[in-house]
Amino acid sequence: MSIQQRRRNFLRQSAGLSAAAAAGTFGFQSIAGAQAAPVKVGVLHPVTGFVAYSGQLCRFGAQLAIDEINAAGGIKSMGGAKLEAVLGDAQSKPEVGVSEVEKMNEAGVSAIVGSYASAICLATTQAAAKYNIPHLVDVGVADQIVERGLKNTFRFGPGYKVITEAAINDLHIMNTLARKPAKTVMVVHEESLFGTGTANLLASQLPGMGYQVLEVVKHANPTRDFNNIVLRMKALNPDIVIPANYYNEYVLLVRTMKQQNVRPMAIYSVLGGAASSFKFVKEFPDVANGVIDCNHWYNPKDKRAIALRRKVEKLKQFYTYEVYLNYQSVYLLADAIERAGSAKREAVIDALASSTWDKHFMPYGPTRFVNGQNQGAQALVLQVLKGDIRVVLPNTYAESELVFPWKA
Amino acid sequence: MKTLYAILVLCGAVALLPAFVSSGVVLNLVIMTLYATLLGQAWNILAGFGGQYSFGHAAFFGTGAYASAALQVHFGVNAWLCLPAAMACGAAVGALVGALSFRYGLRGSYFALVTLAFAEVFRILANSVKFTGGGVGLLVPLKSSALDFQFQGKAGFLYVILALTLAGFLLSWWLKRSRYGAWLTAVRDNEDSAAALGVDVFRVKLQAIVISAGLMAAGGAFYVQYFHYIDPHIAYGPAVSVDALLGPIVGGLGTVFGPLLGAAALQLLGELTRNLMGDAPGVSLMIYGAVLIAMVTFLPRGIGGVFWRLAPKAP
Amino acid sequence: MLELSILFPSLLNGLTTGAVYALIALGLTLIYGVLHIINFAHGALLMIALYGVFFLNAKLGLDPYAALPIMVPAMFALGYALQRFVIGPASHGKDENILLATLGLTLILENFALYAWRSDTRAIETPYTFSTVAIAGAMISTPKVVAFFGALAATAILLAFITRSDLGRAIRAVARERQGAKLVGIDVEHVFAMSFGIGLACLGAAACFLLPAYYVNPQVGNGFVLIAFTIVVLGGMGSFAGALLSGFIIGVVESVGGLWLGESLGQIGIFVIFIAILLFRPQGIFGART
Repeated sequence: MSIQQRRRNFLRQSAGLSAAAAAGTFGFQSIAGAQAAPVKVGVLHPVTGFVAYSGQLCRFGAQLAIDEINAAGGIKSMGGAKLEAVLGDAQSKPEVGVSEVEKMNEAGVSAIVGSYASAICLATTQAAAKYNIPHLVDVGVADQIVERGLKNTFRFGPGYKVITEAAINDLHIMNTLARKPAKTVMVVHEESLFGTGTANLLASQLPGMGYQVLEVVKHANPTRDFNNIVLRMKALNPDIVIPANYYNEYVLLVRTMKQQNVRPMAIYSVLGGAASSFKFVKEFPDVANGVIDCNHWYNPKDKRAIALRRKVEKLKQFYTYEVYLNYQSVYLLADAIERAGSAKREAVIDALASSTWDKHFMPYGPTRFVNGQNQGAQALVLQVLKGDIRVVLPNTYAESELVFPWKA
Repeated sequence: MKTLYAILVLCGAVALLPAFVSSGVVLNLVIMTLYATLLGQAWNILAGFGGQYSFGHAAFFGTGAYASAALQVHFGVNAWLCLPAAMACGAAVGALVGALSFRYGLRGSYFALVTLAFAEVFRILANSVKFTGGGVGLLVPLKSSALDFQFQGKAGFLYVILALTLAGFLLSWWLKRSRYGAWLTAVRDNEDSAAALGVDVFRVKLQAIVISAGLMAAGGAFYVQYFHYIDPHIAYGPAVSVDALLGPIVGGLGTVFGPLLGAAALQLLGELTRNLMGDAPGVSLMIYGAVLIAMVTFLPRGIGGVFWRLAPKAP
Repeated sequence: MLELSILFPSLLNGLTTGAVYALIALGLTLIYGVLHIINFAHGALLMIALYGVFFLNAKLGLDPYAALPIMVPAMFALGYALQRFVIGPASHGKDENILLATLGLTLILENFALYAWRSDTRAIETPYTFSTVAIAGAMISTPKVVAFFGALAATAILLAFITRSDLGRAIRAVARERQGAKLVGIDVEHVFAMSFGIGLACLGAAACFLLPAYYVNPQVGNGFVLIAFTIVVLGGMGSFAGALLSGFIIGVVESVGGLWLGESLGQIGIFVIFIAILLFRPQGIFGART
């Protein structure tokens, strides 16, 4: 459906609000013999404002999946009903996200996929809960998102507690395999929800595994200069540096480290802002080489993941987790609608809650939701080697041998 | 008296809205417009009536929001009780900022900049202090009972925000007719002359900022109940300060209905541009900015100014 | 923790960072000193300048320092046009109008950048991106050392201009006494526009010195606005030497504050100074007591 048609439909829905609300129906009635009515899916992301870059990638991934599903015949159990994207822009603000949910509700969406940033997700899932709209959380890693007992919230990917614990375990494995050369670590994290939460977990668990946490450095968003922090690093000389921050700051940090000749045994980030980003590797090959990251990643042994990567790169986009997490969240949703045979919200929620979907290419195993969290979801450990990002841990998914300590 | 009737009729009409409209979109729009009005009213008291332009009203908003959220999360205080507590905290911060700034004679741009700095200081502190949850922020637990200041439907929230804006209207109306209001506008128009006439300038300005801050903090407490999550950026960031000043400037400074007119106009403009240009990122906001500039260039007295030219000067 | 081996490089870092801040603030202090405009769009305009430098490098392979002779006049022209045709007409002489106008301008610029150039962060790579200059054992990044001297040079040029040239005298006259200047026949509108133009020209230079050590995206300006204001007030509105010195002071305070209180809390030092200056010495270091 073209942009104009989508917008016209959307406006029509918004204009007919009172009538629709009073009638209490959503979606259209199936007209016998004619094409089945489309299933409306809200695609809500911050495509403008502070986190616009990621938001746009998210929307792109979701749209890709919707187009593919429609091209393959739509929802077969509903007579080939096509998915219709109802696009929303959260403008990087929770309040706006909530307004968009209201509009999507009145447009009659059967589900919402979004909203990338944890703070926005918290608000939009709550707003959607009031109307019992199933809300798939694409990325937002804050654990509180799935700890509020909301029946409509489902997260396909992992939360940061799971990711951080895996990161700590894998760091220990990595160190042990190399005969434990590393004894000290230094954590550099950004100041908001994600960075602080991750750092707290690291600081509390690493000592128990035999590592001395020399220092935990918090920095602002944005930070204009990392020279001070790198100076401290030089003085403390940690064996492993653990960053947990966003793209811009991560790049500045590692560039400054290179400039000041600070070479720890490893730069091992947790949800590193740039570490597992093809854009980073492409634009800063010297600096990127060797960095390790524990992050969302696809199963490298799955052909479908590689095929999608090729398709995305042909479309001149970077293959980031924003893209494929949204892509698969939409497929997960489509599977649920398919099994429910209906676009009614309660039916979709029930179908999601009982989902065992395994036709994805993430290292998660069959889907299983408990309190809205997919139990099998996990992050992988990646390393930049020879200009490419390779999975190095756990062994079941590893494509390359981990190189630790790193000799620059 | 005409103004008072207008206020009551308007609020009465809005109060009846939930009986006729059940659309979540419309009700949300009205709630957000009233919320923006409240922020604008608070700012208008100090700036429109008092002539002191604050660029850091977020300092009061955030304090109210954090006070309410922290009391609920750390001490389990009932959310309704948190509202007056939040207003008191906000007013206290207002007193602090006002006492320092006015004691040292800061006016005009200097005052604006110092309020901006205060807001930033609070933001940085909120990022580092355990009480506010640091960078993680505070999440107010979900409850669905009216007794906990959370409502299933929108009507409850509408009534609360309506009550708060009604208070704002009445305050503004009172400022237009009371002796205190006259002192305040005298200080706004010419501080030195007012002092020469015997007005206690410091006291008048201090009272204005305290009232303004208290009302702003109420907005913060409402935000927390409606959206449940607060962090340093939302609470003390420049976005809230800007939201507070846009409405009154567009709608008419120092008037009773200015904040409402401005808030409604901006909200409508935002919706319009988003609906028309929604898909291309950034285009709608560009148009928003262009309209702002056009409005300032051609309607310098704000929308309310249009009515000024039409209606005779009311006593 | 505050041993000399860390403190000394930190001080030098603070000075060089401060130099970049000063470059950004030089333009703002002129704009504020003459037009009494709180130019909220200063950050967004810096962002536009940074994109200019970026594209000159990306499309034409031009080194950022070699881009100076292009960026400076280009930004000047932009500034002149903006003041003459947008901000001037919008202001009607009222402070709050200018506030709204510059706010609207920020919205337009940031979202135009978002629309035209997308939201991803861009950075450039130059032969000297990773090189450092050794100063008594401390390794200071080369682009920042260059920026330091650039700031000194820019301040010297501006000082010479404002004291020696006719336009400089006219600017000072208008800044002092607007009506009086009009009465003696100075074209005040023209002076305003020239001042704004020069202010933005400084931003053009700042962008050339900043990009090698930094990056650009539509939001990048936000991080600099408050610091720029702090420096302008600290140095005394309208004083170039004051802006330079304050830039250094703020840079060092930020650096040492970061060492002492941590990078996140350390930022507080800047604003505490800001508030203190506003309360106790609002004319700044070099401003005259009004």
